[in-house]
Amino acid sequence: MSPEKLTRMANQIAGFFKTQPGRDQAERVAQHLKDYWDPRMRAELKAHAKGHEGELDELVRRALPLI
Amino acid sequence: MKDFIIPWNDDRDMGTPAREGAPVTLTIDGFEVTVPEGTSVMRAAALAGIQVPKLCATDSLEAFGSCRLCVVEIEGRRGTPASCTTPVAAGMVVRTQSEQVKKIRKGVMELYISDHPLDCLTCAANGDCELQDMAGAVGLRDVRYTAPEDGMRTHFARNTSGEANPEWLPKDDSNPYFTYDPAKCIVCNRCVRACEEVQGTFALTIEGRGFESRVSAGAAGDDFLSSDCVSCGACVQACPTATLQEKSVIELGTPTRSVITTCAYCGVGCSFKAELNGDELVRMVPYKHGAANRGHSCVKGRFAWGYAQHADRILNPMIRDSIDQPWREVSWEEAIGFAAARLRGIQEKHGRKSVGVITSSRCTNEETYLVQKLARAVFRNNNTDTCARVCHSPTGYGLGQTFGTSAGTQNFDSVMHTDVAVIIGANPTDGHPVFASRLKKRLRQGAKLIVIDPRRIDLVKSTHVEAAHHLALRPGTNVAVVTAMAHVIVTEGLFDEDFIRSRCDWDEFEEYAEFVSDVRHSPEMTEMLTGVPADALRAAARLYATGGNGAIYYGLGVTEHSQGSTTVMAIANLAMLTGNIGREGVGVNPLRGQNNVQGSCDMGSFPHELPGYRHVKNADVRAIFEAAWGIEIDPEPGLRIPNMLDAAVDGQFKGLYCQGEDILQSDPDTKHVAAGLAAMECVIVHDLFLNETANYAHVFLPGSTFLEKDGTFTNAERRINRVRKVMAPRNGYADWEITQLLANAMGAGWHYTHPSQIMDEIAATTPGFAHVDYAMLEERGSVQWPCNDAAPEGSPIMHVDGFVRGKGRFIVTEYVATEERTGPRFPLLLTTGRILSQYNVGAQTRRTANTVWHTEDVLEIHPHDAEVRGITEGAWVKLASRSGETALRAHLTDRVSPGVVYTTFHHPGTQANVITTDYSDWATNCPEYKVTAVQVGLSNGPTEWQESYEAQAERSRRILPAAE
Repeated sequence: MSPEKLTRMANQIAGFFKTQPGRDQAERVAQHLKDYWDPRMRAELKAHAKGHEGELDELVRRALPLI
Repeated sequence: MKDFIIPWNDDRDMGTPAREGAPVTLTIDGFEVTVPEGTSVMRAAALAGIQVPKLCATDSLEAFGSCRLCVVEIEGRRGTPASCTTPVAAGMVVRTQSEQVKKIRKGVMELYISDHPLDCLTCAANGDCELQDMAGAVGLRDVRYTAPEDGMRTHFARNTSGEANPEWLPKDDSNPYFTYDPAKCIVCNRCVRACEEVQGTFALTIEGRGFESRVSAGAAGDDFLSSDCVSCGACVQACPTATLQEKSVIELGTPTRSVITTCAYCGVGCSFKAELNGDELVRMVPYKHGAANRGHSCVKGRFAWGYAQHADRILNPMIRDSIDQPWREVSWEEAIGFAAARLRGIQEKHGRKSVGVITSSRCTNEETYLVQKLARAVFRNNNTDTCARVCHSPTGYGLGQTFGTSAGTQNFDSVMHTDVAVIIGANPTDGHPVFASRLKKRLRQGAKLIVIDPRRIDLVKSTHVEAAHHLALRPGTNVAVVTAMAHVIVTEGLFDEDFIRSRCDWDEFEEYAEFVSDVRHSPEMTEMLTGVPADALRAAARLYATGGNGAIYYGLGVTEHSQGSTTVMAIANLAMLTGNIGREGVGVNPLRGQNNVQGSCDMGSFPHELPGYRHVKNADVRAIFEAAWGIEIDPEPGLRIPNMLDAAVDGQFKGLYCQGEDILQSDPDTKHVAAGLAAMECVIVHDLFLNETANYAHVFLPGSTFLEKDGTFTNAERRINRVRKVMAPRNGYADWEITQLLANAMGAGWHYTHPSQIMDEIAATTPGFAHVDYAMLEERGSVQWPCNDAAPEGSPIMHVDGFVRGKGRFIVTEYVATEERTGPRFPLLLTTGRILSQYNVGAQTRRTANTVWHTEDVLEIHPHDAEVRGITEGAWVKLASRSGETALRAHLTDRVSPGVVYTTFHHPGTQANVITTDYSDWATNCPEYKVTAVQVGLSNGPTEWQESYEAQAERSRRILPAAE
């Protein structure tokens, strides 16, 4: 799938969870991706992340190792 | 097939509406009767089985007391009071039949009949006419009065003494569905009262006085079509004669049998009596005991059912190897075999997850359940989604997170106890008209209204309805507005602390209160962003918090945004803050778009959850279905509709079974949807018509209409209503049978012989449905889930003693602007919606006479924006976004604010979705239909794209003659 679209969607998710109280925002981003994204989408995002870290929200970067 | 005899099917007209009150006992014709205080003598008699003759009274309307036919004698009272306007009193002794009242009634009838044509045998209401019935009941045998040749004339004779009769008026047949024949009118006022009391449109009136009194639609010079009439049919329903008569009855005759069923249009889920002769449908009449509609209807359900018999319906299965070929009609066996072999072939070549399904929100629960079961148990993946993805998926997520269940909290009756109604991003008078009529009735009783919508919808100001506040926000700023309301409620101390302490998590509330109290959420700070004046927003928030029972109703203007889920949570926060949850008159109520959106979500259509909203990751839930189905279920979520299309463009997703949905027309970014469909190797469209998606299909399986099958629909109030087979499927099979054929051709081994067996399987596997079965629905008419050991009678109102998830959860809702922004190239914001006479992609309504009200989609634009572009009323304009462009005609109106334009998506020729983008809700991928940056400019006519689309559609719909 288009890496730009996956990146945008993941950053949108991070955009919500970063506003939430607590310290587990990265875990919650990871949980959201696991709960609602087909594994292929997660795998493609992870693959794309390598070398494109700059495109990803910091929270997504922290969440990716958890999925 | 025979009619159902249903115990609660007592259709008698009780004359006046039911009342609630302390019991009062009286005697009628020697029988002791006990009824609630406030009941009329007429109704009390009817309840005792005694029908007092009547003409101007009917139990959907308040008593009027004009016809004087219902007079009775009451001991100790002088004269002969009208039983419809006389309330019962304890110890009252009533005689409904005496020499005196018989004489009065006969005299009244004689006068009525002296001015009524006696063409009963050729009259369309013959056998269905209350005037005829009453003439019989009072024993009228002759009419002594005739119109003097040189004096008073009748209203019905076209010609008295050779000269034209000025009292005679021609029939008004301007409405496509019913006629108004003034010659047959007895001026009982029932139509006028129905238009006011039931529908709330006030389109009808009585013109003139005395003998000159005539029913009149609209202003002088108007006919029914040009008046404000919305063709809901309430007047036709109320008319006791043939004055207001369905054209279908005039053409086909009075129906001889009826079946109670559920409308297949919007999420209100009205109950109807389908009335037929043989298997020919004559009319659909709203069912007075329907718990969702209470005897009311709108133009779609009441009249727009002709699509079921339309010549465009495809009745034979068709296949083709590739989409550039014409269709070939084949047998069911060949079509199903072709489809099954292709899907299996794709799975062998591209893997188990390369195919999927889209379940239909127009089909029954049972059919939807089978389609998701096909994905999970036969395809062996979770690639199932439904059109709720593009409408109310954020409701599922948002209410699930805050309350613990993804459904509205109330029944529709609840609105009659509401003091302050808040309508957010919904247009009930067009989208959910029968609910809107109930709401308007409540508003006329004094309830207050707050409208939050970029557009001035009809409810903002219409006859006898005016919103206390209209917050005309800029599209895309819902979260900022709703959060600012919460700011006002928290900082001004208007929240319900007792409720929050007992029902919600207090720590989460404190975090939320701190967040929302920040000055950046104040109406003064958000005003620049949202365009909503701070003082109006403060006043609205105060009204909602302090005005008594506050109920929020919302629609797709809330969900179809990049922050759709966040807005749903913000709405839930508001309700919890003010304690407006868990009793009559309050709540959070998503107005569902399609007839069975609620049901299709309940039935596990989403790729991440099994029936009953239980995530596929939970082994205990999978175990239930694995035991029932004898297979192993994939624990990982599957693809959602937009993901399926993305994966298809990428070559990973190759086969789709799409039941009763037209994704090419209804989903955003048409070009992307087309590219996705074109990239697939097997698209199976299962529908009534060759819809737009079918342009890219390889297999077409003809569907059955809601009139042709048994099943259930679940409406927006979680009400499970029966859909009954009124006639045999014209295509040969009900839709659930077709899905079963496909499943079995792929080796499933299903053996359902009736949808009731599917419901039994649903009840056995899904806790909220545990007590639901067809026998119960026969007995009770309908039931609202959850219906199980904890709530054996069902659940009209949810979260009564506590939230489904335990403690209600406040969630921080920070406004995040959508990435879709206006700029120099695209300076305007487009928002989309629908109108009363058309439904969704219009596949059904465009094939009915409803097109008389809406023949094409038009672009609403503010006169200021039009003027600077040189656009005049009716001009062709080009509407362009970064996704695409289309052309349509402009309509100049200040309903939209400057900077905002609006259109509908009912016509494939316009294809409004070629404009909308692929931006979507962060949590659910629900598309952001409601905000697209666009430019508008003058144009000469349809765009090149529209012309090429039309040509491609034309080509792809070719059908080869059937081989002998």
